[in-house]
Amino acid sequence: MSDSQASPVAAGLSLLPPPFTRWFTDKGWRPRAHQMELLARATSGESLLLIAPTGAGKTLAGFLPALTDLTHRGKIPPGSAFTGIHTLYISPLKALAVDIERNLMKPVSEMGLPITVETRTGDTPQSKRQRQRLNPPDILLTTPEQVALLIANGEAPRFFKDLKYVVFDELHSLVTSKRGHLLSLGLARLRRLAPGLKTIGLSATVAEPMDLRRWLVEQTPEAEHHAGLVTAPGGAKPIITILKSEERVPWSGHQAKYAMPEVYEAIKAHRTSLLFVNTRSQAEILFQALWNINEDTLPIALHHGSLDVGQRRKVELAMAENRLRAVVATSTLDLGIDWGDVDLVIHVGAPKGASRLAQRIGRANHRMDEPSRAILVPANRFEVMECQAALDANYLGAQDTPPVGDGALDVLAQHVLGMACAAPFDEDALFAEVTSASPYTGLPREKFGRIVQFVATGGYALKTYERYARIRKTVDGLWRISNPGVAQQYRLNLGTIVEMPMLNVRMVKRGAKGTVGRGGASLGKVEEYFLEMLSPGDTFLFSGKVLRFEGIRENECLVSQAFSLDPKVPAYAGGKFPLSTYLAAQVRAMLDDPQRWGALPEQVRDWLALQRDVSSLPKRDELLIETFPRGSRHYMVAYPFEGRLAHQTLGMLLTRRLERAGRRPLGFVATDYSLAVWALDDLGYSFAIERPSLSNLFDEDMLGDDLEAWLDESFMLKRTFRNCAVIAGLIEQRHPGKEKTGRQVTVSADLIYDVLRSHEPDHILLEATRNDAAAGLLDIQRLGDMLMRIKGHITHRRLDRISPLAVPIMLEIGKETVAGEAQDSLLAEAAEDLIAEAMGETGI
Amino acid sequence: MQRLALASMGIQDFGAISARTLVAGVEAVCDPLGALYLPETRVLVVSDLHLEKGAAFARRGMMLPPYDTLATLKVLEAVIARHDPAIVVSLGDNFHDRVGSAHLPDIFRTKITELARGRDWIWINGNHDPDGTVDLPGQSADELHYAGLVFRHEPSLISPAGEIAGHLHPAATVIRREKAVRRPCFATDGKRLLMPAFGIMTGGLDLRHKAMTGLFDRPNLVAHMLGRDRIYSVRFANLRG
Repeated sequence: MSDSQASPVAAGLSLLPPPFTRWFTDKGWRPRAHQMELLARATSGESLLLIAPTGAGKTLAGFLPALTDLTHRGKIPPGSAFTGIHTLYISPLKALAVDIERNLMKPVSEMGLPITVETRTGDTPQSKRQRQRLNPPDILLTTPEQVALLIANGEAPRFFKDLKYVVFDELHSLVTSKRGHLLSLGLARLRRLAPGLKTIGLSATVAEPMDLRRWLVEQTPEAEHHAGLVTAPGGAKPIITILKSEERVPWSGHQAKYAMPEVYEAIKAHRTSLLFVNTRSQAEILFQALWNINEDTLPIALHHGSLDVGQRRKVELAMAENRLRAVVATSTLDLGIDWGDVDLVIHVGAPKGASRLAQRIGRANHRMDEPSRAILVPANRFEVMECQAALDANYLGAQDTPPVGDGALDVLAQHVLGMACAAPFDEDALFAEVTSASPYTGLPREKFGRIVQFVATGGYALKTYERYARIRKTVDGLWRISNPGVAQQYRLNLGTIVEMPMLNVRMVKRGAKGTVGRGGASLGKVEEYFLEMLSPGDTFLFSGKVLRFEGIRENECLVSQAFSLDPKVPAYAGGKFPLSTYLAAQVRAMLDDPQRWGALPEQVRDWLALQRDVSSLPKRDELLIETFPRGSRHYMVAYPFEGRLAHQTLGMLLTRRLERAGRRPLGFVATDYSLAVWALDDLGYSFAIERPSLSNLFDEDMLGDDLEAWLDESFMLKRTFRNCAVIAGLIEQRHPGKEKTGRQVTVSADLIYDVLRSHEPDHILLEATRNDAAAGLLDIQRLGDMLMRIKGHITHRRLDRISPLAVPIMLEIGKETVAGEAQDSLLAEAAEDLIAEAMGETGI
Repeated sequence: MQRLALASMGIQDFGAISARTLVAGVEAVCDPLGALYLPETRVLVVSDLHLEKGAAFARRGMMLPPYDTLATLKVLEAVIARHDPAIVVSLGDNFHDRVGSAHLPDIFRTKITELARGRDWIWINGNHDPDGTVDLPGQSADELHYAGLVFRHEPSLISPAGEIAGHLHPAATVIRREKAVRRPCFATDGKRLLMPAFGIMTGGLDLRHKAMTGLFDRPNLVAHMLGRDRIYSVRFANLRG
């Protein structure tokens, strides 16, 4: 804290009303410098971004300006004119809003402050929402979706007219997603409804604080504006170790089963442990593995996003009351929920990003002055290196949060419809409002006009829908909704989180004759595509149990208790994070520098040394490519270390090019670290005689026509389109339980995509889809950077046999799905039986 | 959309990409474009065109692309050109809703009139469009008995052998090595044949769905699946490998 900032702190202290000073004294606490600085600067009218590590009293800091102001205002006498809400607090998680209510009510009631605090989330009953509209609380704790709902209501001007503060919690995690885009537009509207409002953003350390500071305030065409910055000093450094197992670290895989005995010992040695994993299937497998060896029957629970809400709340409560010894969790627990006395975080699998690791480790010992304790458990050898790199990065305080990105067009379409639902709008005025939100400052006026047309009639070149328009421009020049049904439809489909079609999983009893009973407990939800692969009788792992699949009835998946410990179908994959660019660079640097291998376990060191002897290790900015024969095929393994998504895109493009060069590629597989392509031709020989040469094969021009051609038929683009179409309101989100039975009555987004692509390839929604795909799923930017980096730095090793470094990816072959194109070959394979039969019959 | 691409491709050897089968002793050819052709009587059967589906959704506030009718008619044109049938039977759900044929834009009406020139056209009524068609060539009927077969929209459980029906949009799923591929299909056990939905923007219902229960003699059931450029015929028992 510099001297120039000392005065705001003093100013903050002088602003604290007496009950606050007494309360701090009673608790034996001292207000922290950043809390006081924030209070002083916010009170003087600044919008602010507070960057502070977990445990720094961030939340209290965010609320202090509002609490102080409300204390000065005092209770509103009954019979006064309507008063709207004073402060809006927005959190990315429902659970977080609920948790904050608990934490905020404590000081409010202990100090006896005349302040009302309420939550409003998707779970809030209709009656309470109604009452909140008539008689709003002073502080409303809510989620981005609820904000969108509230501002799309005709009563919004009245409800928000007195709004002074908007507090955004975990802003760093909100802004990078489409939810953040929608929220930025909501904030632009709030600023219009309450011109004097101030924003306070609360954030963990981020790479680009300026992005967040701009996001918080109104942008104008003339200049860039940004909120003020308050930073809290970091707390004690965490103590992180990598699990050193007696067992052999596996070559590949993601389960870390080898380390379970040691993980269990660590749980036993601590009060409460949080075990983080990257996917839901890992969570299920880990949970089961722990219970298999849980001889002391320690209370160990499971928490992930697919589980039944009731069950999750139970776990959260048990955790808050310190009744659990361990919880196995996925990213649903990443964010700032306060978790009682966690004294150990165990991270199973590599964290994939340095920031994510820091965030998760922050969950242990939610107090700044005590160091957090964490153990990293790598699941395979590459992960050992990744964990070591992440560990180094955490000490360096490195950050790798993704950029905010340009505002998505599908989100804009949703917002435009919402604004028409609120009140008739003038197109130019709404454009000015929209471009005052930082993600949308660069939006061209013409594109905004196309979005309005899209909202009205779909914006098609073939104009046959005019008479069905959802919004119409009337004689006064304002756009208004055609009928009240439009607003109702908007409310039902609002939001930017598009879920895969999921089915509820319900436990039933099996009768003696195999009959299936009705109505047992609901366990949670699984993706429809996963269930399609199951036949009745198949067993799978879910909700910590081995379940027997009984069948699907009325949009529910019925299961019974299985009596086997060994599920036939392991589990289903959940969201996977790709390796972050920053961490990838760290891993490459480590490979290139044997000096740094000292921190690695001996078996990993030996592995790398062997690789150096029989092939070579990739230099920092070099791309190593190995070719070797195996069985009847020829393999090429490349080691770009750019994450699975970028590698998948690269794999698609390379196979296209090899195909064109007549090298007869058969398939490929991608991991976070490397990419393997196999072919009938001797690839090593082909590269040696430059047919094609490696520099041509890996030329950046693959991101031109090849990419376009591939994108058009890519299943990934279809998935992206589906999200865009739902968010933009072209098709409806499938609400579990409310959908009609049978598929023929719903419209598949894939079919719509195909029709649209073949008839109007320049449609605005296809543009939105391509933007999204390029930025997200395909990691094209990253691939482009990599191709540029390795230009002229490709090393080719022609080997007689597989190299040590290639073993992990070779083990993945057959496990990973090769995307879309190969589908017809599966059909051909299935049809072979009948062909053989037919041949037999005719005697050939 | 593979069918739209396939419809515009020249075909060298139709025998290699289609599948022949017998329904109650009547020879039938499954065309990969999703139509059934009966060579002896020169009847072409299509089912569940769901024309004007996009418009039907637009009427309810969801602005789906207005190109589905155009695309479906393109495929229909290709399959009619290939077989030059004497009779076209459209097996119901010809339009996605009751008002679909009345509101049909003129360009599409003209197209259908061209396609019907020089042949008979039977519109079987479906559950989506039970009132028949408005101002289009051909005749409407609830069912058709012809050449030893009965053509109706919804399969009837009490029907004797020789039924050609639609309505259910049958699709089959092949599973190999934990990967699933699902495609629309002709489903037949030699007695009854269910037609895949022909409309471009129509989905499918898996053969394992309970709505299919009792329709087929499963040991004899074969799914003739619509692949990218040919029919793949798979026994029901072999769908899951």
